[in-house]
Amino acid sequence: MLAERRGAAVDIVALQKEFVTSQGRVAALTDINLSIKPGEFMCIVGPSGCGKSTLLRILAGLDRQSGGTIKVEATGWAVENAMVFQESGLFPWMDVETNVRFGLMTRGVSAAAAAPRVEEALKLVGLTKFRRHYPHQLSGGMRQRGAIARAFVTDPGMLLMDEPFAALDAQNRVILQAELVRIWEQTGKTVIYVTHSIEEALLLGDRTVIMTAHPGRIKRIIDVPFPHPRNLVTLSASAEFGKLKLDIWHVLEEEVMRARAEAEQ
Amino acid sequence: MKALPTKWRERLLYLISPIALLAVWQLLLALGVGDRRFIPAPSDIALRFVQLAGSGELEWHMVVTLYRVFAGFLVGAAPGVAIGLLMAMFRPVRIFVDPLIAALFPIPKIALMPLLLLAFGFGDASKIALVAIGVFFPVTVNTYAGAANIEKIYWDVARNYGASRTVMFTRIVFFGALPMIFAGLRIALAVSFIILVASEFVASKTGIGYLIWNSWELLQVDVMFVGIVTIGVLGLITSVLFQELERKVIPWKAE
Repeated sequence: MLAERRGAAVDIVALQKEFVTSQGRVAALTDINLSIKPGEFMCIVGPSGCGKSTLLRILAGLDRQSGGTIKVEATGWAVENAMVFQESGLFPWMDVETNVRFGLMTRGVSAAAAAPRVEEALKLVGLTKFRRHYPHQLSGGMRQRGAIARAFVTDPGMLLMDEPFAALDAQNRVILQAELVRIWEQTGKTVIYVTHSIEEALLLGDRTVIMTAHPGRIKRIIDVPFPHPRNLVTLSASAEFGKLKLDIWHVLEEEVMRARAEAEQ
Repeated sequence: MKALPTKWRERLLYLISPIALLAVWQLLLALGVGDRRFIPAPSDIALRFVQLAGSGELEWHMVVTLYRVFAGFLVGAAPGVAIGLLMAMFRPVRIFVDPLIAALFPIPKIALMPLLLLAFGFGDASKIALVAIGVFFPVTVNTYAGAANIEKIYWDVARNYGASRTVMFTRIVFFGALPMIFAGLRIALAVSFIILVASEFVASKTGIGYLIWNSWELLQVDVMFVGIVTIGVLGLITSVLFQELERKVIPWKAE
């Protein structure tokens, strides 16, 4: 069942980020312009060093930009955003339920009000039976489910995901990707999903931003034509998917070659 | 032989090494190695132990020693944990406290005994204060190290999920540091016995330390050994109890 597309809208204009290192200033992000519609599943792909994680951290409020503006329209949502980190970041000293409740506890939601929401989030990711487990007792995939539940329970306008499944084995990754898409189709929230895999980006997203490194900037934004609801397994095996992947790969290859030629001059 | 559960097998193994040591000791003396007047056999010590325990004298010294150890331990550990956490949370606190720790930590604590006798008199307070000082430093240093080395991702998560300073302190920094805090407390527990016995040597008429020193002056070597063994056993028991406590308090620590 497809939910109505709703969620935060994001408008990024002329965003820049510089880091000051011992070698001087390094531009991590240059001239980023991007509009994200409510309920859009936006993927950001690029090689390491292209600043995709930095962009996400700025959106999450964990880093500050050096220039440019970000406007987030998230009225009606309890919180602007919630982030799912690469290594789950579930607190080892809290059991699953306490971890999931964390974002409600910090915002002063009473235990009574939090309980049904936590219950629902646990059910959403299938961890109800593991609520009393500590993270070290769970598999990597289950930990990421917990992290997703912790993000969803806060009712954020958008979900920020930083290579959430990169550390999982291939099989678990496929399962978790399918679940994420299912959850997203049910909730219709805005998702900004950073990955280094083109295939993952095309599989999950409505649009894919392709970034290049040194300096990090947007190379191209691709509309992903596949309709929802998606079956990721059949989609990834289809000819249309293969063709799109190949097209994009050619674009990137050209870019990689040019970058290498420039570097060698 | 029926296979014991691993847990019990390990506990049994834990007891074998001290028992073996005692057996070898007894055996060597029985074979005529060593002078029994200066090195009493485990059986002699056991006999004296029963005598002293029967008269209630040993228990009295034990209670006094334990009281001083635990009082000093608590008085020293509580501010140690608090200051260690504050050092990790607030840079100015660390900059302020660091040189004090660097300067005061290496001072042999027993060297402060005369000062504390002046301040607190000859009673329990001076001994408790000395133990507290000895406990404070390792606990502070360990707590700080534990809190400062909490992985960056947990700070990021806490910030992204809207944690206030109070929540950071009570739910993230404290629990994140807890395994290291416990490591510090275990060191401190051993340190507190060492310091207390030393202080009872020089500045007390009660306690196991006094019992040992007094029997040395009277050349009652067997009583001396009773004192030494008692301290060892007390140390062992408290350490085991402490490990159990740790298991209860830190259930997330992987076995």
